[in-house]
Amino acid sequence: MIKHHLFVRENMPVSFKEETLEKVRSLIRRYPEGKQKSALLPVLHIAQEELGGYLSVDVMDYVASLLGLNPMEVYEVATFYSMFYLGKVGNYVLEVCHTGPCAICGGEEVLKHIKEYLNIETGETTPDGMFTLKEVECLGACGNGPAMQVNTEFYEHMTAGQVEKLIERLRQKSKEEGSSKGWAEQFS
Amino acid sequence: MGRAILLDKVNIPGIQTFEVYRAHGGYTSAAKGLREMTPAQVQQEVIKSGLRGRGGAGFPTGLKWSFLDRKSDKPRYLVCNADESEPGTFKDRYLMEHLPHLLIEGLTLSSYALGVKTCYIYIRGEFRYLVGILENAIREAKKNNYLGEKILGTDFSLEIYVHPGAGAYICGEETALLESLEGKRGNPRIKPPFPAYKGLYNCPTVVNNVETLATVGPVITMGGDAYAKLGMGKSTGTKLMSACGNINKPGVYEVELGLPVEEFIYSDEYCGGIKNGRMLKAVIPGGSSVPILPADLILNTARGDSRLLTYESLAEGGFESGSMLGSGGFIVYDEDACIVRNTWNLTRFYRHESCGQCSPCREGTGWMEKVLYRIEHGKGRMSDIDLLVRVAKNIEGNTICPLGDAAAWPVASAIRHFRKEFEEHIKC
Ligand SMILES: Cc1cc2nc3c(=O)[nH]c(=O)nc-3n(C[C@H](O)[C@H](O)[C@H](O)COP(=O)(O)O)c2cc1C
Ligand code: SF4
Ligand code: FES
Repeated sequence: MIKHHLFVRENMPVSFKEETLEKVRSLIRRYPEGKQKSALLPVLHIAQEELGGYLSVDVMDYVASLLGLNPMEVYEVATFYSMFYLGKVGNYVLEVCHTGPCAICGGEEVLKHIKEYLNIETGETTPDGMFTLKEVECLGACGNGPAMQVNTEFYEHMTAGQVEKLIERLRQKSKEEGSSKGWAEQFS
Repeated sequence: MGRAILLDKVNIPGIQTFEVYRAHGGYTSAAKGLREMTPAQVQQEVIKSGLRGRGGAGFPTGLKWSFLDRKSDKPRYLVCNADESEPGTFKDRYLMEHLPHLLIEGLTLSSYALGVKTCYIYIRGEFRYLVGILENAIREAKKNNYLGEKILGTDFSLEIYVHPGAGAYICGEETALLESLEGKRGNPRIKPPFPAYKGLYNCPTVVNNVETLATVGPVITMGGDAYAKLGMGKSTGTKLMSACGNINKPGVYEVELGLPVEEFIYSDEYCGGIKNGRMLKAVIPGGSSVPILPADLILNTARGDSRLLTYESLAEGGFESGSMLGSGGFIVYDEDACIVRNTWNLTRFYRHESCGQCSPCREGTGWMEKVLYRIEHGKGRMSDIDLLVRVAKNIEGNTICPLGDAAAWPVASAIRHFRKEFEEHIKC
């Protein structure tokens, strides 16, 4: 749904910091010998989060080299899953649930309000590069709908007023100050 | 309040931590199972309990375990399905967030019964914060020797790892899940072979839902026979229902199977009635994939019996006038809800989530969505209604995995029960 130029190559050197590499190695050890491909999804999550916010070809090639995979094996996976972004996104990706249960509890109004407030359509990014709007399917939060996520952080019981407050709060802080633990820190 | 055996301790402060969970009787069933029972005895209790899979299909868990290929010399795997992406379903999230150790304990007992040494929890990527909660619980259990090497001094060792998905409903289907766990696209496999013979890495594998596996602890504590006394007939025990939509009290409720649907909707203990004093119009009782029923048919069967929360009662009447318990995702619609719009919305979901491997599903969901979109947006033709019925029929039963059926049923049932509403949309 996000308009992406399929496969952006930037020819920038990419690499994880040593700490993250250690985490990647320990993730690989969770799977049997020779099955390191299993670590692909968790490693792609970490890569997207720590290496620029989306999966450029450079990042995917780097992940392929870490896991000893053919780059194509990474591309075909990255294009299948909706949580991976293949082109530049804003600092904050507002992922608003548009599925039935949320839709009948005010979700449609919330979505409309975000579009008006930020003056963007679904799939677009605000000119300042701060927010990208994405519509997503059921987030497993239907009882607390309307639900949305911002960079995998849940926000529930949303209303037009709440959305405005959230957006303004996000504007105040820089991306680095995310409130909860990122992907790499989730794994022991 | 009906008997709660999963959520009975959910309100105890700190129950997420090992200490508090342990202080309130946690891990006694794991200790009992591993120290006093053989793996076969643990499995026997699960068979006796009549526990049925809580992921949607309701297949008897003990029977599924008995299919596991125990002759193979390959390692065996247990995979816990925590993908929970079926619209209307949010019970596993609740359970994992509040009672992570209940799940870990169930996984330990189940792995012991199955002779599994490595277990993966496949959790949808959107639940990133739960990965940390579960990993923390695993770390605590390990530190206290309830996981890891030689658990409680026995010969049984087990590692549990949490594995995140990345946004794909289809990865809840067990074979797509296994593909995804192997680091591939989530394309369902053709069955047979079944995972019990060729599952993860081509090894014998059992895939069970979070709630199913979390129930194994209580089953061992109380004994299979005692568990089977709860509930009604072949719907033994309790079930987590996640209720949402136009009700006063959306949330996760544990019900003893057999509870009348009417009581579930209107009692203050559960949904608390319809929001804003509105009238009930329709219910999807088991997650978006099961047939929608209008108010009269969800409260009473076509024969006039009161409808109960059991696998059998909800299915009573078949596709003509019944539905399914499914995952327990209970979506309630009030009189203002537009069935056409909702059907279009859910079809858009299936179109988006189809993996695209089979043409009836890939093309059919796209086609149905287009036709429903035009009906909803005032451009429909009368012939569109039968066209939808035909397309749905052509998907049903003609696909690799049940997502095709799951996409067809909501459309077919909405037209069956609310045809007038579709016609009115087209007329004006
Ligand atoms: C499209 C599709 C999505 C599914 N999603 C889930 C899911 O999110 N969680 C789940 O436990 N089962 C899901 N299932 C059912 C699984 O394939 C499988 O039957 C289940 O995990 C078995 O566990 P159980 O026997 O404990 O219910 C899904 C099935 C299909 C066809
Ligand atoms: S039925 Fe749909 S989701 Fe299932 S395998 Fe076929 S195309 Fe994929
Ligand atoms: S429908 Fe929005 S979270 Fe489930």
